[in-house]
Amino acid sequence: MPSTGKTKGVRQIINHNRLTIHQAHQLLKAKELSSLELTKAILERIHQAEPKVHALVTITDELALQQAEKADKLLAAGNTNPLTGIPALIKDNMCTKGVRTTCSSKMLENFTPPYNATVVQKLNEHGLVMVGKANMDEFAMGSSTEHSAFFPTHNPWDLSRVPGGSSGGSAVAVAAGEAIYALGSDTGGSIRQPAGFCSVTGLKPTYGRVSRYGLVAFASSLDQIGPLTQDVTDCALVLNAIAGYDSRDSTSVPCLIPDYTQCLTTELNGLRIGIPKEYFVAGMQPEVETAIRIAISKLEELGVQVDWEASLPHTPHALAVYYIIAPSEAMANLARYDGVKYGFSYSETDNMWEALAKTRQHGFGPEVKRRIMLGTYALSAGYYDAYYLKAQKVRTLIRQEFDHAFEKYDALVTPTSPTTPFKIGEKVDDPLQMYLSDVCTLPINIAGLPAISIPAGFADGLPIGMQIIGKPFAEETLLKIAYAYQQATDWHKKKPDI
Amino acid sequence: MKLTCEDVLHIALLARLGMTDAEVERFREQLSTILENFEILQQVDTTNILPTAQPITLQNVVSDDEVADSLPQSQILANAPRKEENFFRVRAVLE
Repeated sequence: MPSTGKTKGVRQIINHNRLTIHQAHQLLKAKELSSLELTKAILERIHQAEPKVHALVTITDELALQQAEKADKLLAAGNTNPLTGIPALIKDNMCTKGVRTTCSSKMLENFTPPYNATVVQKLNEHGLVMVGKANMDEFAMGSSTEHSAFFPTHNPWDLSRVPGGSSGGSAVAVAAGEAIYALGSDTGGSIRQPAGFCSVTGLKPTYGRVSRYGLVAFASSLDQIGPLTQDVTDCALVLNAIAGYDSRDSTSVPCLIPDYTQCLTTELNGLRIGIPKEYFVAGMQPEVETAIRIAISKLEELGVQVDWEASLPHTPHALAVYYIIAPSEAMANLARYDGVKYGFSYSETDNMWEALAKTRQHGFGPEVKRRIMLGTYALSAGYYDAYYLKAQKVRTLIRQEFDHAFEKYDALVTPTSPTTPFKIGEKVDDPLQMYLSDVCTLPINIAGLPAISIPAGFADGLPIGMQIIGKPFAEETLLKIAYAYQQATDWHKKKPDI
Repeated sequence: MKLTCEDVLHIALLARLGMTDAEVERFREQLSTILENFEILQQVDTTNILPTAQPITLQNVVSDDEVADSLPQSQILANAPRKEENFFRVRAVLE
């Protein structure tokens, strides 16, 4: 057995500097550490940090230890997969066979899926050690993780502030060292905005790149799964494992998946980026704008050609387009929660219609109800053309505008969010203010593009994220720019003291 | 767009969403404000613009008609709130 001194060393790294996938893999490969030791250290960290941050809905200690033992056998047999034996966290809207999957909703509080989501199955094939399921805004609807039906998650940089959302639990766990990496889902910014708020790396792949089979549906033309990690190299490693065609998701695109680690070079000469001026909106926190402009200047130093005058004139319309289309799709997807086949069921009546209405009244929280109401209104007789169809047409204009921009630029760079993390409770009763915190990320889902958020500075000790947006299926360009930036800066290495 | 309480109750009925009086009033207020903000879209000229339903160019995805395994009945019924033998138990539709 390895010495306890070594295990103590790993604990110190996890608690103070965090451990990346590639660092952990080196230790596992060199037999300096076992997956079981690593998993125990992470579980200890979870039990230490959870009373402060509340990032996990379910902790799967027993399963994690079993998976770690299995991973150690694979590693002993010569397995060199970079994800084997690495402890990870899965957002609680991805189905995990035999492990409760709640979507942080009372509606699914006791739902145990009989199958795995494709991403979970793929990670299992890569030797996954799952330490738990991450808290989120209920059904992924929200920007602060305050809309979890169970408890809000706290930002490890300042426990009185939100971590962003809806993948807040995933982002916090990575920032606080409760997992080496996590999966999130992104419908309007739900990976990138919490990644920005918690100072971790978060990628939303192109629509169609990662299978959504087994992801509980929110808005089907916008949803996409992606990684939240300590750095860009880890992001590429996780994307390698989860990307690819899946016949069980008809929106999954049948094209070849490159090895995403091959693009991680610092050679940026000749790349052209545009800075769309509409993303520096009125009401943006001045420190955020300053930090992002400094980060862009850094990219310029690294050899990128920057056009500071790029323009996407339809950007101000994206918020309305999103908040018509996403709720409309959500109301259709959430029609399945009727208390018959699974989920919460109101039992104190024999009347079918009453049971249906009361099941949904008591099973859904306020933000989910608000979106169901909005979507139902936008699709109802007499309003369909004015709202839903109009939004779909403006969606076309927004897409065309991006297509046009990408004739000139390889990527676009913006802030991830117009502000640093806000206080818990500050926006929870003001839906429109909450919606505005996603104003820089929504347009990317509307157009189906890939985008990454990486740490780019701090204001008063609170993180600031930089968003890099790419052409469809050009994740490699984003990873390359983000990697070069992280090689030249230290923002991603700063960790909250918790 | 100012909604009335009747509008809210009508939408709630379409969505099969039970609601307290306090919720009706809160949604009336909040949805009115949100819908007012959506009016910005009416300023956009969308003449001859086709709607976008999803952002990628895949069309008519079909699969082969092949027999495949499905999950066993017991697993499918395991999460059912009400069941009887091998069936989901539902309330009477016609009374």
